[in-house]
This record gives sequence, C-alpha cells and structure tokens, in this order.
Amino acid sequence: MIRLKGRVIVPGRVEGEALVSAQPLSFYGGVNPETGVVVERGHQLEGLNLTGKILVFPYGKGSTVGSYVLYAMAKRGTAPKAILNRRVEPVVAAGCILGGIPLLDRFNLDPVETLKTGFKVRLSEDGRVEAWP
Amino acid sequence: MELTKEEEALLNGGRGEAAAKLMRLLVVLGELYEADRMLKVSSVHVSGVSYQNLGDAGLSLLEDLASKGAKVRRNVRVTLNPAGMDLEGWRLMGVSAGFAERQLRVYEAFKQMGLREGLTCTPYEAGNLPAFGEHVAWAESSALAYANSVLGARTNRESGITALASAITGRTPNYGLHLEENRRPTLLVKVEAEVKSEVELGALGYLTGLSYGEAIPYYQGVRVKSLEGFKALSSAAASSGAIALYHVEGQTPEAERFKENLRGLERFKVERDDLKKAFEKFPLDVGFDLVFLGCPHLSLEKLVWVAEKIGGRRVKGKLWLCTSRAVYQRALELGLTEAFKRAGALLLRDTCLVVAPLRELDFKKVLTDSFKAAHYLSGSLEASLASTSQCVRAALEGRVSLDQA
Repeated sequence: MIRLKGRVIVPGRVEGEALVSAQPLSFYGGVNPETGVVVERGHQLEGLNLTGKILVFPYGKGSTVGSYVLYAMAKRGTAPKAILNRRVEPVVAAGCILGGIPLLDRFNLDPVETLKTGFKVRLSEDGRVEAWP
Repeated sequence: MELTKEEEALLNGGRGEAAAKLMRLLVVLGELYEADRMLKVSSVHVSGVSYQNLGDAGLSLLEDLASKGAKVRRNVRVTLNPAGMDLEGWRLMGVSAGFAERQLRVYEAFKQMGLREGLTCTPYEAGNLPAFGEHVAWAESSALAYANSVLGARTNRESGITALASAITGRTPNYGLHLEENRRPTLLVKVEAEVKSEVELGALGYLTGLSYGEAIPYYQGVRVKSLEGFKALSSAAASSGAIALYHVEGQTPEAERFKENLRGLERFKVERDDLKKAFEKFPLDVGFDLVFLGCPHLSLEKLVWVAEKIGGRRVKGKLWLCTSRAVYQRALELGLTEAFKRAGALLLRDTCLVVAPLRELDFKKVLTDSFKAAHYLSGSLEASLASTSQCVRAALEGRVSLDQA
C-alpha cells in the first residue's frame, strides 16, 4: 500500500483507477468534453478516456477556456473522478471548483512518479491518498 | 490567507451557492499565489463573451451561474469584452442564425447577472476608467496591459472566469501586480529607431512580447504621441507575449519612479531593421478580401480621422470598422455611421474579427493595421499589416499599392 498526503483544493471521498501522465494536459482543445477522450496529437494519453478515472498529471497548460471544458465534463458525467496534480494552476483549479471535481496537489511524495496507471486509488476528504497495484 | 467576516460569510454561502463557489475559486488562487488577503475591487472587465471562444461548455456554465442567482456586487463597475458578432447588425456580417442564437443566450446570461455594459476591448473608452493606483480585476490582455501601464491601475492577468468571480464577489486576491515591488521593470528596451506611426508602435510591442514573453519592459528612446499609439503598443505586446505592464520613459505614470533604478537590467536594443522584421511576419500583398480596422476598438477621434480620409468617396474593397457601443452611439449622433454607410464601409459595434466565427465568414486574406489582429488571425487565414492610412487607401482603391510608404 502506498500512502500520500496532499493539499486539498476540492475535497472528496472517492475510489477509482489511476490514469497517470508525466506530461502536462490542456483541457481546451486537448480533451473532448462529450466523450472524455484525450484528443491532443502526440500526447501520452491520446485516445484514452478520462471518465471516472483518478487522473494524475503534473499541471495544466493551455487556454483558460479549459476551465469551462472541465466544468462541462463534470456536468455531462464525462469528468475524471478526481484529479491529483504535482502543482495546480488556475485553469484546472477553476474547472474543478466549479465542477465539484475533487482536486489535490502539493503531495509529500510526487504522485506522478509514485502512482502507476491501473493502480487502485482511494481519496479521503482530509487529503490522504491510499493506492495499491 | 486572512479573510474578513464578510468574506468568510460569502465563502460559506451567505450570498448564495454561485457566489460561494466563485469566492472559493478566488481563495484557492490567492493561496496558490501566497496572497495575504483579499482586496476590494471597484472595477472589473470580463472576457470570454464570444460564443466562438466559450462554446457550449462556457455557455452552460454562464447559464448555470445566472440561474443560481449570481449577481454583480454593488459599487463595482463592470464591462464585458466583445462578443462574436454585432448583437444587432450580425446579419450584415454574414454570421449564421445558429451562432447568433447561442451568442444571444450568452449575453442574456450575463445580463441576468447584471453584466450588460461594454462589449468592447477598450472599456476605458466606454465608461470603465480606473484611477491611478486603483485595484481592479481585468481580463482581456490588451485592456489590462493598458490599465496597468497607461492608467497606473493595478490588475493581474485575469481570465474570463476569475474576472467574473471578482465581479460577483467584489474581491481579488492580493498578489502579483497589485504589489508595489512587482511593478518594477525587468527589461530595459532601448529604442534606437524613430518610431513614426501607431502600427510601428505595434511592431515594437510585438517584438518585445516575442523576445521576452513575461517581462516588464521599460522603454527608452520612444515617444508615444496618441492614446491610439498606447493601444497599439499594449495590444501587440500582450498578444505575442504575456506582457501585462510596461513603462515608457517620460510618459507613463509609474516610469518616473523607476528611472534611477535601471542599472543591471537586461537590455534589448531595437533598431529600424528589427521593426522591419516584425512587419515581414505579415507581408503585404496586392490583393485582400477585407480591410479590418478596430483592434483594439477604434476611438471616436480615430473614426473621425478615417471618415475624413475617405472624404465622401466609395470604397472599392470591403472595409470593416469595429468599435464599442459607447463610441458607436456618439458616431451615430455625429452622422458618421451614415457617412460610412454611404461610403460602403461597415461600422460594427460589440465585436471584432478576432473573436468572430471566422469559419462562417469566408475571408482568406485580411489587411489590418493591428499586430494583435494579424497575430491571432494568421492562425486561420492570411493576414497582412500596413499603417492605418495605407489600409484606408487600399480599401478605397480595392488593391494595395506596394510602392507607397
């Protein structure tokens, strides 16, 4: 069992499967909000579906309209179950707060390095994260 | 971050769910940037108004916030950025009914929240004019660069949603350009060419932004002779880079304060050849589908100037002029709208080509005097740059004379 502790930006008690990217992610133009699939050409997650996943990536990039995309995904039910960032930036923070998507960052151990795609992940509302293969 | 009792109450839903969410967003951003407290803002400018940029995702968020009772805080002057079309004259632009229907829904949602004024990227020419030292929350890169640099107001580079949050809560976190120590120049730009026109000021700004994305430039050796010149400089530097504040020696209100503290700054020398290179990115050609003026939106003075240049003749090429509602109204009173109509030019309010649904408009080659417009338009079509008088002359003659200066 791997145990992490992060800063809570949007609290949530959820459990799901990790999807990990070492690359930053742009929601505007990079993700299709209708399907939840990553469409950015050449991205490590290209073609993969984010819906219902515990999405782990270093930080968001790209247009501020990305906030609206995350919100739209939450509303349509195509959003990830939670997002774990190394360091959150304003676009992802705004999207998660508005869409009510649990969001954590600034962990004691880097989640991008520690977690692997396919791991089971459990979040507590106080920012504790448990994960296992 | 320390919050007042009133701010705590806002965060805990005292003024409704929507306001609480938006306050939460500002608190999180404040914590991200290590702000010590919230500032009260008296002026806000909100971007993200064109349906072209918002899409259905943005539209649904705005409608949700409106239906949850989000309302602009009293005593906050609020303006909106341009929409994707002239809200009344959109048919003249060739915008589809489907786009128009959604754009009007966007505006309706804003109106419900109490945002109805502006629809311009020059709010400072439409009644939203912050004072020196005033803390404000502005989005729209060109407008906020102007507010910081020319007016000496203080704003960070807000996004559409953070500016909207400030409009609803009346607050912005105290960090970045709100703090005195972060307004110092970080780059000394020595201009060693005579910068003669507004479009050349655009070239200067464009080069600075391109070479030093997030700097705070201090310009030496240049004299900006008009507010239109400052608009060109601000908008160009904020489009090729992320320049939110600059100082011009002897001119902008904070320059004097830093005059003695320029030693050790990185230097950037700009000569005539460098300016030329900026123009070469958007080369002139004889033909064009459209001449576009009004990025940023034209002032009344500039509209008068264009009308005088046209001087009662008819244009042979297509000419679009974009301005704010406020200026449009005054142009109407002066009989200018009628004059442009007779000349065959289209005077549009509320919008600009940069945020219009270009796919529906079918222009392939646009001639403009704005580096910002050329920069953004060149993503989807061919853009050329010329001075304002060259642009007007090209519209009159239906072609560009390549030999003229």
